Amino acid sequence: MKWSLIVKTAIRDSRKDRSKLLLFMSSIILGIAALVAINSFNDNLVRDIDTQSKSLLGADLTVEGNKPIPNSLIASLDSLSSNNSTEVELFSMSYLPSKSESQFVRIKALTGDFPYYGNLVTQPISAASSYKKGKNALVDDGMMLQYGLEVGDSIKLGQTVFLIHGRLMNAFGSIDAGASFAPSVYISGDEMASTELIQPGSLVNYKNYYKVDSDVDLNEWKKERKKQFRTESMRLTTIEDQRENLKEAFSNLNSFLNIVALISLLLACIGVASSVLIYVKTKVQSIAILRCLGMKGEEAFMVYFLQIFALGFLSVVLGVAIGSIMQLILPVVLKGFLPYEVNMTMSSSAIIKGLVMGVLSTTLFALGPLISVRKITPLKTLRINDDPLEADPLRWLVYGLIALSITGFLYSLTGSILEAGIFSLGILVAFLVLYGVAKCVVWSVRRFFPSNASFVLRQGLSNLYRPNNQTQTLVVSIGLGTGILTLLFILQGLILGNVEGMGAGNQPNMIVFGIEADQKDEIEAITNSFNMPVIQNVPVVTMELAAWQGKSKKEWLQDSTRTASRRVINREARVSYQSTMSPDEKLLSGNFTGVYNGEDSIMISLAESYAEDLDVSLHDELVWNVQGTLIKTYVGSIREINFRKMESRFFILFPSGVLEEAPQFRILVTKSPTKQVTADFRNTVVKSMPSASVIDLGSILVTLNDILTKVSYVIKFMAGFSILIGLIVLISSLFLSKYQRIRESVLLRTLGAVQNKIYRINAVEYAALGILSASTGIVLALSGSYLLATFVFELDFNINWLPILGIFVFIVGLTVFIGLWNSRDVVKRSPLEVLRNV
Amino acid sequence: MILEASEVFKTYQGVNKKLTVLDNINFHVERGEILAIVGPSGSGKTTLLGLCAGLDNPSSGILKLDNESISAMSENEKAEIRNKKVGFIFQNFQLLPTLSALENVMIPLELQGRSKGARAKAIALLERVGLGDRLNHYPSQLSGGEQQRVSLARAFSNDPEILFADEPTGNLDEETGEIVEHLLFELNKEKQTTLIIVTHDLELANKTDRIIRLKGGKIVSDQSIKSEARS
Ligand SMILES: Nc1ncnc2c1ncn2[C@@H]1O[C@H](COP(=O)(O)OP(=O)(O)O)[C@@H](O)[C@H]1O
Ligand SMILES: [Mg+2]
Repeated sequence: MKWSLIVKTAIRDSRKDRSKLLLFMSSIILGIAALVAINSFNDNLVRDIDTQSKSLLGADLTVEGNKPIPNSLIASLDSLSSNNSTEVELFSMSYLPSKSESQFVRIKALTGDFPYYGNLVTQPISAASSYKKGKNALVDDGMMLQYGLEVGDSIKLGQTVFLIHGRLMNAFGSIDAGASFAPSVYISGDEMASTELIQPGSLVNYKNYYKVDSDVDLNEWKKERKKQFRTESMRLTTIEDQRENLKEAFSNLNSFLNIVALISLLLACIGVASSVLIYVKTKVQSIAILRCLGMKGEEAFMVYFLQIFALGFLSVVLGVAIGSIMQLILPVVLKGFLPYEVNMTMSSSAIIKGLVMGVLSTTLFALGPLISVRKITPLKTLRINDDPLEADPLRWLVYGLIALSITGFLYSLTGSILEAGIFSLGILVAFLVLYGVAKCVVWSVRRFFPSNASFVLRQGLSNLYRPNNQTQTLVVSIGLGTGILTLLFILQGLILGNVEGMGAGNQPNMIVFGIEADQKDEIEAITNSFNMPVIQNVPVVTMELAAWQGKSKKEWLQDSTRTASRRVINREARVSYQSTMSPDEKLLSGNFTGVYNGEDSIMISLAESYAEDLDVSLHDELVWNVQGTLIKTYVGSIREINFRKMESRFFILFPSGVLEEAPQFRILVTKSPTKQVTADFRNTVVKSMPSASVIDLGSILVTLNDILTKVSYVIKFMAGFSILIGLIVLISSLFLSKYQRIRESVLLRTLGAVQNKIYRINAVEYAALGILSASTGIVLALSGSYLLATFVFELDFNINWLPILGIFVFIVGLTVFIGLWNSRDVVKRSPLEVLRNV
Repeated sequence: MILEASEVFKTYQGVNKKLTVLDNINFHVERGEILAIVGPSGSGKTTLLGLCAGLDNPSSGILKLDNESISAMSENEKAEIRNKKVGFIFQNFQLLPTLSALENVMIPLELQGRSKGARAKAIALLERVGLGDRLNHYPSQLSGGEQQRVSLARAFSNDPEILFADEPTGNLDEETGEIVEHLLFELNKEKQTTLIIVTHDLELANKTDRIIRLKGGKIVSDQSIKSEARS
């Protein structure tokens, strides 16, 4: 090969035509920019999840159970680490001597240096460590505000009076919804005994925290001993588990961003392929001349490959640069978006990934159309014709490599070969469907040609199958573009809808526990007097599982073949009863029995997750121990619970008419407008109902709402960016298509067609193309988003048809508009002038 | 012998029947000969030229260029032969639109790897065809006659053994056509190149040594013209 000549020709040849490669460049630049920005955001998110999971857990490993850790296990834990802390947790009433008030609190008695990661935030700051000496306590800030307590006041826990040593501004561990929403009080573990609160039968949670040397493989360690701990009913949690939980919480955001990244790249690739295809077509004549003058096929190919590769590389670098700059802007948008701070730093892995993926995909997608350059025959110098370029067998290799690289890219995003394969298959199917539709249309227009139609209609329609037609190219690129835009739009809507359902203004922010059964009306009256809504006012009966499926609890616990975990079996069940199902729950199987008629069997309703944990199904028998009385029930229905709503949810629901006389208390859920109202309400309730405790979910909800708004920002921002790329690709490939029809239009003009007629002919052709590709694209998007929503995001699939109709009209309008704009260019020039330069 | 065609057929597969465009063509051309191929439109002139120049393959038969059988060569070998031994002039000029006049003329030399003297030689040739002041113009900035003169300069730039011209004046008005014709014959005389002109212009054909007449893909006559008669 004559490299210097090839380089020289490549540079010379590109001089006058660089603008034709503008689409090529802009799609790469935008696509890669989005890819880099999204990837580094994801990287930052994951990295911070790693660091944050440490400080959320406070240690490397926790061991937890409702009894002290047995000595048999202590030995293996001691070998793991010498640095550990113990915590004893229980719920109890506290007494505030200075206010003569009582409050239900969660007491945590700690020894050791916990937390090992992160900090206990207190006021004064020094109190976080100094409270452990003597009879000192750290008290939840909210509780101190409620009762007007100051540091230095007293709080009596059991038999012992503690000095309030500091305000507790945060707490460790997860906040599980339900009865545990009691304010926390921290004391030293050495003082626990003096309170005499731990009595036989009292509910106590024991937890040990371990700091493990970094050279120990905790997962390995855990795997070996998991069984041993489980038989002792002790639960192990490692940082890895915590990390998984956090990741789980953000997995939808993560998947969505991954899909947007993929879409951006795919759009860029469509832009690359269609612009290179059209570019090559405009170069056919030049290539034929070069071949005629004695240039070899491979050399001619190299000339254009070099051009495309150099411009592509430049664009990728530009795209990476822009994507990295976007990284610096993102923190402004995302400030405080997560429950912890995400430090936005340039992610080198995202940059490298962007470079590699960019160069690889640009090159491969350009190679598809470029490879046919090798086969352009010099005969075209003697006979100008629009015969399709000869297909190169090497193109199969290129297609194979493209499929491989897409799958590889998907694998790098999802980490699952199966998912990557399914996604790639989906893309392939979409491509084939569009290609097939185009072929089919070309065939059927020809077959069922309306020969009696008007001249304009006939010309416009026959443009669809004439030699040099652009039907396939445009249907595939407009169709894929529309499909991807619609898909993104639908997914964004689904995810935003989901996010907004979680946050939003109407969420309750206050729960009152421990209301006596006969105070039902009184608590409602108090709530109403504060002008607050009663969102939920339900009875709760606690009971234990005594036997099921014909075996007693004891027999089950000894059964080595059972699948239900000990924790589920031993868990105290909080049961409610109601005559109708909540409207936001879904019946999965069976019939919901609202009222017990006193004669038949008692049919109860279980939450799907509970039924699965216990491994019971419809019609199975369950026997409950309700404070000494055994009640035999059958599983009548299985429900799906919507946990996104901040209301109390019950795994087990009895029909009304069974539990009315059982010992029970009530829960009331409401929404308070301001912090002041919350405090006033709390005072009123506690005064008239000493046993009740009021939990303010407000602070939790504020953060949640905040997160959700910011998440929607990210989603809108990223999706918007991707939609922009799609539009640019669409518009530019349409603009480029004008080179295709220029000669025909000019000849028609020369033959005397009036301008108006040329417009109308082109309008028919472009309208047909637009309608066809847009509708195919939308159908593809609907199926794609249904699959994604169901299997990846696990969201309900419901869509708003109006915007989709809007997209359809917009795409068809855009196609026709640009088509006409293209012909305007032809029409306004003199036919002679254009003929000379064609 | 520079060119030899024996029993050359060219057929195209039509919609429902085979179309024989060249039907048993036999002739040979000696070095330095100037020859015209004439015939009505559609008689197969361009097809024959394409075969002789190694742009296309015959359906059957043998074509030898400078004693080498081009029908047996690979695409790349043919490209090399074209580059070293063949020059082209087309009815529609076929200049590379993105290259200047000078660069268009340099291309065949650069393809031979002779970039050193290429520039000087190309300038000299362009001056020879009267375009010394148009070196850096692009084809779209040149008139048809000027474009054809650039392509003349290009055709001679690699000192070809044989030059093929397909209706070289077909797209030009009479006056401009005559200038181009004149230049073509003059340059040909200087370089002693074998010249094959395809034309339907009998006046132009009569300025050559020998006329081959084609009709319906067959050679109907092959006659030499005495140089005396020509002058
Ligand atoms: N690619 C092709 N397919 C089918 N027929 C062709 C093709 N190229 C040329 N022909 C036919 O070959 C015949 C000769 O064409 P051509 O050599 O261009 O004639 P001329 O140059 O003498 O006018 C014509 O009848 C033309 O229709
Ligand atoms: Mg011809």
